Amino acid sequence: MAKVLMKGNEAIGEAAIRAGCLNYFAYPITPQSEVAEYLSRRMGEVDGVFLQGESEVAVSYMIFGAAGAGARVFTTSSSPGISLMSEAMSYIAAAQCPAVFVNIMRGGPGLGGILPSQGDYFQATKSVGHGDFRLLVMAPASVQEAVEMTMQAFPLAEKYRNPVMILGDGLIGQMMEPVEFPDHLKVEPVDNSSWATSGMDHRGSKTRNLVKSLFLDPAALNNNNLVLKAKYERMQREEVRWETYNGDGDYDALIVSYGTMSRVCRTAIDNMQAEGLTVAMLRPQTLFPFPEQAVYEAATREQCRVVISVEMSMGQMVEDVQRSVKGHRPVQWYGKCGGEVPTPEEIVEVVTESLAAN
Amino acid sequence: MQSEIMFAGFGGQGILLSGKLLALAAMEEGAEVCWIPSYGPEMRGGTAYCTVVIGDRPIGSPIIRNPRHLIAMNRPSLEKFAPVVKPEGVILVNSSLIPIDSGRDDVDELKVPTVEIARELGNVRCANIVALAAFVARTQVVKLENLRECVKTEFARKPKVIPVNMEAIEAGVKAAGGIP
Amino acid sequence: MAKGKTFSKPKALSDAHTHYCPGCTHGIIHRLVAEAIDDLGIRGRTVGVAPVGCAVLAYNYFNCDFQEAAHGRAPAMATGIKRVRPDLMVFTYQGDGDLASIGLGEIVHAANRGEKFTTIFVNNAIYGMTGGQMAPTTMPDQRTTTSPFGRKADEVGMPMRMAELLASLATPAYVTRQAVLRPKHINKARKAIKQAFTYQVASRCFTFVEVVSTCPTNWGMTPTDAIDWAEETLLPYYPLGEFKVPE
Ligand SMILES: Cc1ncc(C[n+]2csc(CCOP(=O)(O)OP(=O)(O)O)c2C)c(N)n1
Ligand code: SF4
Repeated sequence: MAKVLMKGNEAIGEAAIRAGCLNYFAYPITPQSEVAEYLSRRMGEVDGVFLQGESEVAVSYMIFGAAGAGARVFTTSSSPGISLMSEAMSYIAAAQCPAVFVNIMRGGPGLGGILPSQGDYFQATKSVGHGDFRLLVMAPASVQEAVEMTMQAFPLAEKYRNPVMILGDGLIGQMMEPVEFPDHLKVEPVDNSSWATSGMDHRGSKTRNLVKSLFLDPAALNNNNLVLKAKYERMQREEVRWETYNGDGDYDALIVSYGTMSRVCRTAIDNMQAEGLTVAMLRPQTLFPFPEQAVYEAATREQCRVVISVEMSMGQMVEDVQRSVKGHRPVQWYGKCGGEVPTPEEIVEVVTESLAAN
Repeated sequence: MQSEIMFAGFGGQGILLSGKLLALAAMEEGAEVCWIPSYGPEMRGGTAYCTVVIGDRPIGSPIIRNPRHLIAMNRPSLEKFAPVVKPEGVILVNSSLIPIDSGRDDVDELKVPTVEIARELGNVRCANIVALAAFVARTQVVKLENLRECVKTEFARKPKVIPVNMEAIEAGVKAAGGIP
Repeated sequence: MAKGKTFSKPKALSDAHTHYCPGCTHGIIHRLVAEAIDDLGIRGRTVGVAPVGCAVLAYNYFNCDFQEAAHGRAPAMATGIKRVRPDLMVFTYQGDGDLASIGLGEIVHAANRGEKFTTIFVNNAIYGMTGGQMAPTTMPDQRTTTSPFGRKADEVGMPMRMAELLASLATPAYVTRQAVLRPKHINKARKAIKQAFTYQVASRCFTFVEVVSTCPTNWGMTPTDAIDWAEETLLPYYPLGEFKVPE
């Protein structure tokens, strides 16, 4: 298929359709409103469902309802909206329904600003909603990757019957890059007759299905949590994804960075290489499960002296990097937020200073 | 090799579209491209700008502080961005609206009265295409033939405006002193 | 005290230049609110609550204490302020996405509890700040960026009439709909806004002034066409007048 030049937000909308998701509910918020604007036209052409809900709270329960009824469904929002959806994510995870949430992050906390940020790392990977649950979180670094991850998010959500989040930032949503929609990522319908409230007649069954999250019996609730835990452990075994850059030979320092930020680091690494300084990068593509083992191995290569987590936040992923490196190398953080993005020059400076000190 | 081209002007001058057309033409030539807009709440007549990055390998940082080239369609954007253009880059000055120079002696400054040229062609709205074509003629970042094709595809739904935009391309090339 | 008909700036407005588009009516409404505050001499004990919408920066334009709410939550914040400091004069200033969509629960319950603050509700039939998406007040067949083929009433219902909806509650003291399209509308709106604040000063319960407005930018019209369109299309559906007054 020929490449087309598309804005990240529109490409994400199209990717969902290509993956076979024809149901979308959303509420406008910058910098991702183009997804809704695009799908308000496009869903009609494919006989899909498009609805602008009255709030993100309402939208997130539209997602829960539709997912519970067995439909492939997704929504997109940005940071403040995701906060409002986090309650429903907890219910959806507890009731074990598949759904895809896209967060095109902007600067926070509070109303913050509308420029790109990675301030929702903790929220996405550790603390979205209440209770003991996780989202599978994927972080694209280009429009093409946003397309592929969106298409892959649906089968993953269905495999685990758990919400999956695509964690992008304002730049991923707003920039245009050439994209292809790989045919092989089209998702076939799945059999959800064992749990979805699709109607007994519809699925030709005499037993009813229940979608719920209330477990008053402590043993039953403990059991539900054990089921979830087993799924998250399986994700940690089977779904960890990352990519390395400039990491084949020896290197003096390792950068860990994801999303748009990792592209700036790539430029910084090229610039350092041109000056004779070899620095590698590990780019987590899944943030949960986090590539712990890969970070450990990359950090403990013989020549590598320091590990730097570069983020558009005040230091969130760095905690996972530290956990992974287990004290074998000094780990430091560098970042900015609010729409300020560290420049390649700043990164070079930080790496150089850090190497001088270690 | 990587080139970064910044387009800047008022909202409504076709800034974002010019950038998109250049990105499309480069994509057709097999280059890696990235189009990065400035975005904010409704720009309300303020400065609009976008940057197009063209390269032969995947584009790294999409945050460009120092573009190689600048197409400045109004005075505030020339004043703001001329100082950050890399030495030896091209600065296209829309002299219809900008009475000053870039103030740089280490760049290739190209003055084009885009509005007068477009008005002569009978449609002031194609001033951005005049500028884009002049820029492409001067820098050769993409082939003019590809640019023509992309303009045709982009305006496919409004076929009536294609001829005047083709004329705008020729007029822009001429204003740049032809193809070197 | 000046009657607010001069061109001098009310004290309750700051000197800041507003960011509103040419022809936007937010500026007029700000002025009417500021005049009411000046006229009643309450600037020193007034707290405004800004919405999330084009008027989010209202705190820069008014010259009195202000808080900024989350999208739709202004009536709940105003409740908090007024309950702990009944001596303060409190108003919320909200758009139709803010008040009638995401914040519907907050406004209905604040009104129904009879919270003693004033709400200025700017109905421009669209989401302004985020670039022209459909609002609950968008008219049938009106095109927006999320109703590109026009609002379809059979899919998303008819526009919501907030003044009538709130007037159907037993508790609120004063509910009115005004407009700021022509000078005659503006004069009436000025009186209504002052009336609402006057009731608040007298400790009457919830007061609500809906103001039919324009958004030339997202309607894709010139300011004068926008006024004509609003008069022809909005006013027949959103009748002006008082829906509830204190007994
Ligand atoms: C929780 C949350 N969701 C969405 C947004 C994005 N948002 C900002 S303003 C706005 C709507 C503005 O429209 P309206 O209330 O009609 O006011 P106007 O701009 O027209 O004055 C939206 C959806 C947000 N800031 N927070
Ligand atoms: S977008 Fe609309 S509501 Fe917002 S300032 Fe402009 S005209 Fe006013």
